Amino acid sequence: MSKKTLFDKVWGSHVVSSIDNGPQILYIDKHLIHEVTSPQAFNELEDRGIPVFRPNQIVATADHNTPTLNQDQPIKDALSRNQLEQLSENCKKNNITLYELGHKYNGIVHVMAPELGVTQPGLTMVCGDSHTSTHGAFGAIAFGIGTSQVAQVFASQCLLLTKPKSLRVTVNGKLKNGVLPKDVILYIISKLGTNSGTGYFCEYAGNVFEEMSMEGRMTVCNMSIEMGARGGMIAPDETTFEYVKGRKFAPQGEAFDKKVAYWKTLPTDEGAEFDKEYSFDAEDIEPMVTYGTNPGMGIKISETIPVDENPSFKKSLAYMNFEAGESLINKPINFVFIGSCTNSRIEDFRVAAGFIKGKKKADNVTAWLVPGSKQVEAQIIEEGLKTVFDEAGFELRQPGCSACLAMNDDKIPQGEYCVSTSNRNFEGRQGQGSRTILASPLVAAATAVEGKIIDITKHLN
Amino acid sequence: MEKFTTLKSTAIPLNIENVDTDQIIPARFLKATDKKGFGDNVFRDWRYNKDGSENSEFILNDSKFSGSILVAGDNFGCGSSREHAAWAIVGYGFKVVISSFFADIFKGNALNNGLLPVQVSQAFLSDLMNRIESNPKTELEVNLENQIISIVGSDTLENFEIDTYKKTCMINGYDDIDYLVNNKEQIEAFEAQKIY
Repeated sequence: MSKKTLFDKVWGSHVVSSIDNGPQILYIDKHLIHEVTSPQAFNELEDRGIPVFRPNQIVATADHNTPTLNQDQPIKDALSRNQLEQLSENCKKNNITLYELGHKYNGIVHVMAPELGVTQPGLTMVCGDSHTSTHGAFGAIAFGIGTSQVAQVFASQCLLLTKPKSLRVTVNGKLKNGVLPKDVILYIISKLGTNSGTGYFCEYAGNVFEEMSMEGRMTVCNMSIEMGARGGMIAPDETTFEYVKGRKFAPQGEAFDKKVAYWKTLPTDEGAEFDKEYSFDAEDIEPMVTYGTNPGMGIKISETIPVDENPSFKKSLAYMNFEAGESLINKPINFVFIGSCTNSRIEDFRVAAGFIKGKKKADNVTAWLVPGSKQVEAQIIEEGLKTVFDEAGFELRQPGCSACLAMNDDKIPQGEYCVSTSNRNFEGRQGQGSRTILASPLVAAATAVEGKIIDITKHLN
Repeated sequence: MEKFTTLKSTAIPLNIENVDTDQIIPARFLKATDKKGFGDNVFRDWRYNKDGSENSEFILNDSKFSGSILVAGDNFGCGSSREHAAWAIVGYGFKVVISSFFADIFKGNALNNGLLPVQVSQAFLSDLMNRIESNPKTELEVNLENQIISIVGSDTLENFEIDTYKKTCMINGYDDIDYLVNNKEQIEAFEAQKIY
């Protein structure tokens, strides 16, 4: 038999049929939905008189548009309120499980679904959100879709797709002190560029990913889309099984053991071929920051901004008000955001608290800590991290997408820099005229304490 | 979905690379629950200054340029999966976007909304940009049946690729839902004998 990749195996087991010279019908196991990209899909079905085909394979949450303060009170913004009400109505009408605002399982779709055990190895998962790639951390095929496709999955639990090509990024070696999963993925994207993965599904391999926690793997897979790859995957292993075990929607008892036996067959066969391969040494990676307006514009924190004559590159630097050749060290920063589907899991807050403990937030900094879910929020309190944050002058808010895309009130003001643990530094992403510097939770925490970007590598050694 | 066969039009040159969907339609405009009105806010923060006045330097506000074809720099439509980006471009009146590279999700969203993404070579793209910028009256012709993009009144042309199935959909105005719903029996049979 021919050697297969993890991606081949999962894809192959989900093909319903193939159209000659065209796409394949791919079966979708789990469909995650939220308030922003689902209403038009529900309308589409209603207009055509098509029922939702498999409502029990859909899980809904409210996250993009939700406030991170006073969640127990009615939402002030009428449009946001309407969108959330529509989601509730649509879910009720179609018998879809919704973890709405305030529910103990509410949270960012890519944080709450893995927590609940909805995400499992070997599944196909979609959501009208490009960061659905996050769930690939479990060895699932997971990718973002548009609203027309949301309607297609509602109608048929399937999508028409052409199989993407395969890409493998291998990182072996020992990561330096202070280098986090976020730095690993920012480093990879800075080396490969924002469209290197377009048309591909990416597998991350090597001991660096094998040794990562599930939280770390999710951070890595989350940002696959920032190099253009529709999805990223990491082979399921004991770390994965241990994480899934016992969660609400995970198979239990004997059924779980049977699944594990199957999941163990999924990793890429020795000798399987990829369409494209890259490999990096862990020792070359350092804490990273971005300096431009796409996630590929990243440098090691100790490096200087490169010189490039490309007009789009120059436009980007002009927007950021940075000069080619300059260093970001000592840049004063007034806003810090720790949150988003990239870095809002418990481990991220442990890292931040570990640095912050016994220190104070700089006076010039507004620092928002936004947990990814109600469960993460509860754990932050339970582990005593909230006390650390409170004492240092940080503000712990309620869960949601928040300042990652600034759909709610959490907006960075015009012209201000924000060191952010989110995933996109596009122009205006965190508010009109805002300037985003992407970084790890450690670099973000250090920036908040110092009121400026510091060379964290010197600090740690 | 509207049918698409051929189109002859002048074009608007957006000579910027890596145009992401946050620029096409910023997140704060994603609160609507229908597909209407997004065209008014396409490229909002490039088109308008913070005080709401028009940014005269932005190409869409330059009255020399008009047409239902947008010619954009490399890696167009990267970032968020928001289909609102396709709705905004269609809503503004574009029927074709030409670039040397499209992000996956955007490309799919465009095709699902009758907006034809035409991928051309880097060389052809820069030639197009130059010609349109120096002569805004330059007309382009897009022929989907033959998969050819050409400059009207010249012998400059290039073939472009499109998935055969999607081409049929565009020409006939079909969408994927019709196809999938018609295959429900097959899908149910698959569910009954899943191997995982």
